[in-house]
Amino acid sequence: MIVNEKVAIDHGLKKDEYAKICELLKRTPNITELGIFSAMWNEHCSYKSSKLHLKKLPTKGKKVIQGPGENAGVIDIEDNDAIVFKIESHNHPSFIEPYQGAATGVGGIMRDIFTMGARPIANLNSIHFGSPQNKKTKNLLRGVVHGIGGYGNCMGVPTIAGQTSFDSSYNGNILVNAMTLGLVKKNKIFYSKAAGLNKPVIYVGSKTGRDGIHGASMASASFDEKIEEKKPTVQVGDPFTEKLLLEACLELMAGDSIIAIQDMGAAGLTSSSIEMASKGNLGIEINLNKVPCREAKMTPYEIMLSESQERMLIVLENGKEKQAKKIFDKWNLDFAVIGKTTKSKKIELYFDEEKVADIPVNTLVENSPMYDRKWKKVKLPKKNKIKKEDIKHLKIIDVLKKILANPNVCSKEWIWQQYDHTVMGDTIQKPGGDAGVVRVHGTDKAVAASVDSSAVYCWSHPLTGGKQVVCESFRNLISVGAKPIAITNCLNFGSPENEENMGEFVECVQGIGEASEYLKFPVVSGNVSFYNQTKDEGIKPTPAIGGVGLIKNYKNMITMEFKEVDSLVLVIGKTEGNIDQSLFARNILDEKNGPPPEVNLFNEKNNGETLLKLIDNNLIKSAHDVSLGGIITAVAKMCIKGKKGINIKKPKYLINEIEYLFAEDQGRYIIEINKKDFKKVADILNKNAVHFDELGTIIENELYINDKTKVTIDELSTSNKSWLTNYMSK
Amino acid sequence: MKSSVITFPGSNCDRDMDVALKKFGFKNKMVWHADAELPKSDLVVLPGGFSYGDYLRCGSMASKSKIMQSVINFANSGGMVMGICNGFQILVETGLVPGVLLRNKYLEFICKNVFVKIKNKQNKYFKNINNEVLEFHIAHNEGNYFCTNDQLKEIEDNNQIAINYCDENGKIEDKFNPNGSIKNIAGIFNKEKNVLGMMPHPERMIDTSLSGEDGSLFFKNLINNLK
Repeated sequence: MIVNEKVAIDHGLKKDEYAKICELLKRTPNITELGIFSAMWNEHCSYKSSKLHLKKLPTKGKKVIQGPGENAGVIDIEDNDAIVFKIESHNHPSFIEPYQGAATGVGGIMRDIFTMGARPIANLNSIHFGSPQNKKTKNLLRGVVHGIGGYGNCMGVPTIAGQTSFDSSYNGNILVNAMTLGLVKKNKIFYSKAAGLNKPVIYVGSKTGRDGIHGASMASASFDEKIEEKKPTVQVGDPFTEKLLLEACLELMAGDSIIAIQDMGAAGLTSSSIEMASKGNLGIEINLNKVPCREAKMTPYEIMLSESQERMLIVLENGKEKQAKKIFDKWNLDFAVIGKTTKSKKIELYFDEEKVADIPVNTLVENSPMYDRKWKKVKLPKKNKIKKEDIKHLKIIDVLKKILANPNVCSKEWIWQQYDHTVMGDTIQKPGGDAGVVRVHGTDKAVAASVDSSAVYCWSHPLTGGKQVVCESFRNLISVGAKPIAITNCLNFGSPENEENMGEFVECVQGIGEASEYLKFPVVSGNVSFYNQTKDEGIKPTPAIGGVGLIKNYKNMITMEFKEVDSLVLVIGKTEGNIDQSLFARNILDEKNGPPPEVNLFNEKNNGETLLKLIDNNLIKSAHDVSLGGIITAVAKMCIKGKKGINIKKPKYLINEIEYLFAEDQGRYIIEINKKDFKKVADILNKNAVHFDELGTIIENELYINDKTKVTIDELSTSNKSWLTNYMSK
Repeated sequence: MKSSVITFPGSNCDRDMDVALKKFGFKNKMVWHADAELPKSDLVVLPGGFSYGDYLRCGSMASKSKIMQSVINFANSGGMVMGICNGFQILVETGLVPGVLLRNKYLEFICKNVFVKIKNKQNKYFKNINNEVLEFHIAHNEGNYFCTNDQLKEIEDNNQIAINYCDENGKIEDKFNPNGSIKNIAGIFNKEKNVLGMMPHPERMIDTSLSGEDGSLFFKNLINNLK
């Protein structure tokens, strides 16, 4: 095939990008080379629109062993233990083929983790669908949940937490973000940097097929009505092979034969080989005839661009091939020496004894395009004044029931019961709480993880929204008694070529950066997903933040369900009555304008750290952060989970009852304490200048507000639990 | 007491079972599916997971692996063999216990705590357990037990039903049946009661911090019965 500008454009490259390729090579690339360039230079692999802004994120910290740039981030959890974690998107494939798209998203992120030598110990996910009324939503939700479960369950890794939301902006573009945590010994972490000349380059895992060719390019373009035709670009997963690959890799890693290892994810053999060479400042020579292929007559182009799953590339020490092959034979996996490292600093490919590609590595990596895209700043919207007559007729309990049954608040049990969340025997906090918690096997330590996003806040004011998501992650970890350590982010946005969407990206990233810097909660890994849009309409900006924290003794973990009648319930943090953009304003008053709740980083940090002090002093019986739906929703959930009631007395405030109960002010927690500990708790809170309200006392079975309005917890529980099950069974 | 846990390609509860058995005093060995001989054992466990990726039929390929001939001989000579979840699926495929396991009635994987009523205590697995009802944990996609009417009659005549899904008070009703199993069957024995296949995972219930402690009860009792 003759390569020209048109062919390059069909590969998703821009005119000037193609010109730059010809200039760098000082010739016209052949088709295989063009394919390689298009795979390396697309948005998904090159981060060309985001790089400039991502550089501003804080990525260092005392506990950070490895920040962004490797397969995943690594943090220190003491005693020579480390946690490897990352979140990644698989949005585009999941919309086209929900089961396989979601499944391979989970498979891909797990591979990123065990590539670094870590055994995956927990999976999480953040999934976002269109409006429940949209005719595609139900099938997409079912397919995605089956896909996530199908892969994770088979791997034997518990899915311990997640987030599901519905919003019409995802009607034509759902989001599927998968996160995995792995456990590794600090001195046994593996990296992707090749080193040494003439070292054998080994291919292991599944055979290469024609599936997923140009998957990464597809993920770098917008959807149009012909999207269904792209089904062949979706990869097909085989969790069984991945389970074997996991065990085989960990067995090989126990020895000392691996110099570098890299999984074949987006852009398959192309990106894995180039990444290893680039990091090691070396060249790589590959004989494509040696690559194990599933189908006959695959061309070099197809072999290089296939995104077949469950494959790894390894640079071995010389002379270790036999020993390594024995392990992969035992697990019935392909093992082939396909090339070697060279000093050429080029990627050189051979096929049928002919050289089919010859590209300097730096042209693909360092010289890849980087854009300073135009972007628009978003002004802080003006506050709304809620009129008394708008809320006068509202009955609090009716509103509460509606909110508890709202698709974005309701119980997601229908989803997480389909995920094996108890395999590995260390899950001590299951899905449905503030964060999932797993013990570090065989120790007293436990790791907490949560994943959060607040698209509505980010849409209304990206800077505030970006900060808020990081704070929410911080709070969720603290609510279970964990000390927050670091985050990973999955940045889901519309087109970077659209100034508004690019502005949302830039300002969300700025917000994330400010909050993570202030909270000492650095970003250690992540992923950017642009072009989440159909035709011209982008999704609401949806950065998802995956947070990880440590509980030194798992017996001190906190859960959210109310524990005991007669306990006191307090609200930590001040309630100002920020009602704009709350679930109440948007869904009950149908008011979609106004700014998101303000984020005060000082209060956020101070309130959180003070709560950790209370937990360390064994003064907390249960805790839950206040988020969607405000204080009353948080309290109702604690009642439902604990099968207890509460008598709420609204503290004297300038704001009215509705604002107090439904506002979504930040930096707040509900805590349950023993009555006799009140003075101790109040002293610690006062000493640290943390505002708190006495909210009420735990009773049996019913929720009272100011002694009069009441509802049974069973009724609330039914509202909360039935929506999703009913929706899915209709 | 010596136990052996078989690891098939795709097993994923083998480590959990190893941890549980050791916690309650077994000297456990992990045995690779391609081995020919079982080590000397008082108990052999086929653990949960997705042996051979559930391809063809759950448990079917594992039932033909090399080690299984030795497991079958061991069972036929009266040795204690317990199959949990995928292990149960493997057992039905070998024919050591009757019936088959179909896909769950609602076509969905289920992971949750369930209650089971012990139907037969005249065996080394459940003898001396005082409780009538245990809280166990299930996590499966194919746990819908099915057999022919003739088989069912035989199973009932021989008291081969080990446990049934029920509520916390031991009431066995359809609404407490998580997967559509005939007669709410959660586990069954062979005729001689030395082979037990069950869907619930007692190894996930061995600590108050986990889903519960009835697994501890089960294993403590099991090792005492074997002594």
